[in-house]
Amino acid sequence: MAQSGILARLDHPADFEGWRRQARALALAEVAPARIDWQIGTEASGLFAGLAERPPVPANGAELRVPRDFFELAQAVVCHRDNGRFDLLYRLLLRLQREPTLLHAVTDEDVHRARAMAKSVRRDLHKMTAFVRFREVVGPDGGEAFVAWFEPEHHIVERVSRFFVERFAAIRWSILTPLRSLHWDGTTLHLGEGASRADAPDDDAVEGYWRTYYANIFNSARLKIKAMKAEMPEKYWRNLPEAELIAPLIAAAGKRAQEMVAKAPTLPPERHLRQMQRLREAEPGSTEAPASWEQAWQAAKDCSRCGLCQQATQTVFGEGPLAAPVMFVGEQPGDQEDLAGRPFVGPAGQVFDAVMGEAGLDRSRAYVTNAVKHFKFTVRGKRRIHERPHAGEIAACRFWLGLEREFVRPKLVVALGATALHALTGYTGSLASMRERDLALEDGTALLATVHPSCLLRLPDETARERETARFRADLARVGLLVPEMRAA
Amino acid sequence: MAQLTVMEKLEILSDAAKYDASCASSSTTRRNSLKGGLGSTTGSGICHSYAPDGRCISLLKILLTNYCSYDCVFCINRSSSNVRRARFSVAEVVDLTLSFYKRNYIEGLFLSSGIIRSPDYTMAELVRVAQTLREIHCFRGYIHLKLIPSANADLVAQAGLYADRVSINVELPTEVSMEHFAPEKRPREISAAMGGLKLRIEESKAERATSRRAPVFSPAGQSTQMIVGADGASDATILQRSVQLYGSFGLKRVYYSAFSPIPDSSVQLPLSEPPLMREHRLYQADWLTRFYGFEVGEILDDGAGGMLDLAIDPKLAWALRHRARFPVDVNRADRETLLRVPGLGTKSVARILETRRFRRLRLEDVGKIARSMATLRHFVVAEGWRPGVLLDSERLKQHLAPKPQQLALL
Repeated sequence: MAQSGILARLDHPADFEGWRRQARALALAEVAPARIDWQIGTEASGLFAGLAERPPVPANGAELRVPRDFFELAQAVVCHRDNGRFDLLYRLLLRLQREPTLLHAVTDEDVHRARAMAKSVRRDLHKMTAFVRFREVVGPDGGEAFVAWFEPEHHIVERVSRFFVERFAAIRWSILTPLRSLHWDGTTLHLGEGASRADAPDDDAVEGYWRTYYANIFNSARLKIKAMKAEMPEKYWRNLPEAELIAPLIAAAGKRAQEMVAKAPTLPPERHLRQMQRLREAEPGSTEAPASWEQAWQAAKDCSRCGLCQQATQTVFGEGPLAAPVMFVGEQPGDQEDLAGRPFVGPAGQVFDAVMGEAGLDRSRAYVTNAVKHFKFTVRGKRRIHERPHAGEIAACRFWLGLEREFVRPKLVVALGATALHALTGYTGSLASMRERDLALEDGTALLATVHPSCLLRLPDETARERETARFRADLARVGLLVPEMRAA
Repeated sequence: MAQLTVMEKLEILSDAAKYDASCASSSTTRRNSLKGGLGSTTGSGICHSYAPDGRCISLLKILLTNYCSYDCVFCINRSSSNVRRARFSVAEVVDLTLSFYKRNYIEGLFLSSGIIRSPDYTMAELVRVAQTLREIHCFRGYIHLKLIPSANADLVAQAGLYADRVSINVELPTEVSMEHFAPEKRPREISAAMGGLKLRIEESKAERATSRRAPVFSPAGQSTQMIVGADGASDATILQRSVQLYGSFGLKRVYYSAFSPIPDSSVQLPLSEPPLMREHRLYQADWLTRFYGFEVGEILDDGAGGMLDLAIDPKLAWALRHRARFPVDVNRADRETLLRVPGLGTKSVARILETRRFRRLRLEDVGKIARSMATLRHFVVAEGWRPGVLLDSERLKQHLAPKPQQLALL
């Protein structure tokens, strides 16, 4: 003889707590899924009518374990309109006791079905947050209040309420649906009975503006009706005020696009011609060599003497007082300098600033610039990797470096690294042999050569870094000896 | 001239705004109105409606004015065009935004503008709208502001404070095209401004990691847009430019907008159907470089003149050029290899990796995970399944390419 059935009652269609309480008791008593009749509310029991028992009471201390993911899954699944949802969840609960990793087996029939149901519920939830349309009514206190009518696919009204409360906390509103309704009075949420469309207002003055917006933001030259329907399924259209426009907009679209194509171009309006005239008059249009540092700086912004300008963000010109006694020349701007448009502001610039201070020099009295004014790099994923400029690029940029030297006229130039030394002197040999020597440029200006601060950052081990930083500091201290006005007060 | 009504202005200024493809309302700070104000933001953004052009409507996307002193050839609002002109007051934009928001039509506002008087004047007007929404009406919804590249730094800082996202459009992929089609826009000024934005966005993120009180700056980052099909740039040029833009400026998105005929168009432009399939393929290629580990060079076929195949998607095209790498065993291949299988997306790959820890996958199992098996089955090995000889056949492309269809008007 078959075992008797057990009736499990749930308070409402998405009663997760009720399901959980009873499912726990039933599972601990090892009741087979087929024996349970899950019933919502006080409706007459069907399958096991007349032979129903009450669910067993679990023994104290008995435990039932499920993975955390199961809670999230079950909370979504109970909202589904499928009548088998409670049974499915119960079956999964029992199976999880024997197969704890079951939920990872997304290809399992039960898991697959539960996941698909949860997905459908989450989509319905999302679409409800998108497609509810409020209409304004006069509130009980004579103030602003809003009412919406919506027909969700699943039992999601309670779950979605949080979204609307958080968004419209200071406003009175109601959302009416066939099964349940939400009412927010500005402080508390009240869940009410289902309603009908006739209970909601049938118009709102702002909807005319919304439809005007919808019609005009639509680009009639492109029709992607399938894409629209995939994201805004037709089942929602009946409660969307803008949906009545869809058919006429599509019908008129081809014609409108053809008109645009067929229409001959017109002559520009007078306003435009006057404006063009003004612009032409204001145009600087000078092609002469820059006569001042400012002019050189301006002109360098549009430099295209080599290909580097194609990729780099902007020209990074030198900066500092034009009466600076010392000019420091680096290699090229790095990632940060390229973004900021200023030299020596990135990690290497910070090392430079720190060691300058340690060497007793006043950084603000120096003019700092680079041999090449555009950042050269290759992109690796989200990072830009620095690349050395080649001789052609260095030569092309020597023009700007020459102008900077001409307008600043420093007593001493310091080449930071081999590229700078190459740009200043044409020398392409080793930097090491030129360090700690008093050199001179062609015009007689004193020259010192040292490393670029970025090479200190690249040294992997601590001792080497300390040793090289000390050498760099000593090189900078020499600057203070040669040009005493560079020393910090 | 008679005063335009708000309805007429809305008509003109939304029509003028539709060529900007961006409509995202995602990835900003989480906010709600439980402690006052109006509105909230969710992590993923919400598309409140869709137009028959297939684009989502998430924000009220309008221009403050379509008067413009620039004469960008491809733009409906260029100064030489005879389109109807209008200008909203700050209060009108604020009212429309709030009225729409309270009825749940939108997530917020995307405000742009033609350049009037001066870049700074225009920028200040845009900032005033955002400031009024935030400070007078305590609006907590989403705001996207278009930035004017040469606007002064204080205005940009304010814009970033009020906006969730800021953007500057690069418009066209090369300087030469810009000179030709947008003579007043200075591409170098645009990239310098985008560089500055990246630094500010990063700085604000770093400060907020240590102090919740530090001011935000455009928490949803920056994006940009390129017009496709107005100039002669190839897909290779466009995609290489995108890689550089993503790499340099940490952009959230590069939007590709198929150039479509505009009312009162210029003679310099192609007057034809917008290249929608090309736009679609560019988005697919963009995704491949950002989420699937592809390099631009791999996506493009050397023999195709720098253009993507319009008939099939770029991943399938790559796979057909590299058949020796297939079939791939779904039960053994690593993540990188699985991502390159036509028909498998990032989510499907994650599911495969998760599931196969516990059981060996049969083809039916993969079918439950992937969206469609039609293409996929030819490229994978699963428990009890090996693809037939078709993988090595020249007919595979014909077999997999969608059959040409007559487009029907509804």
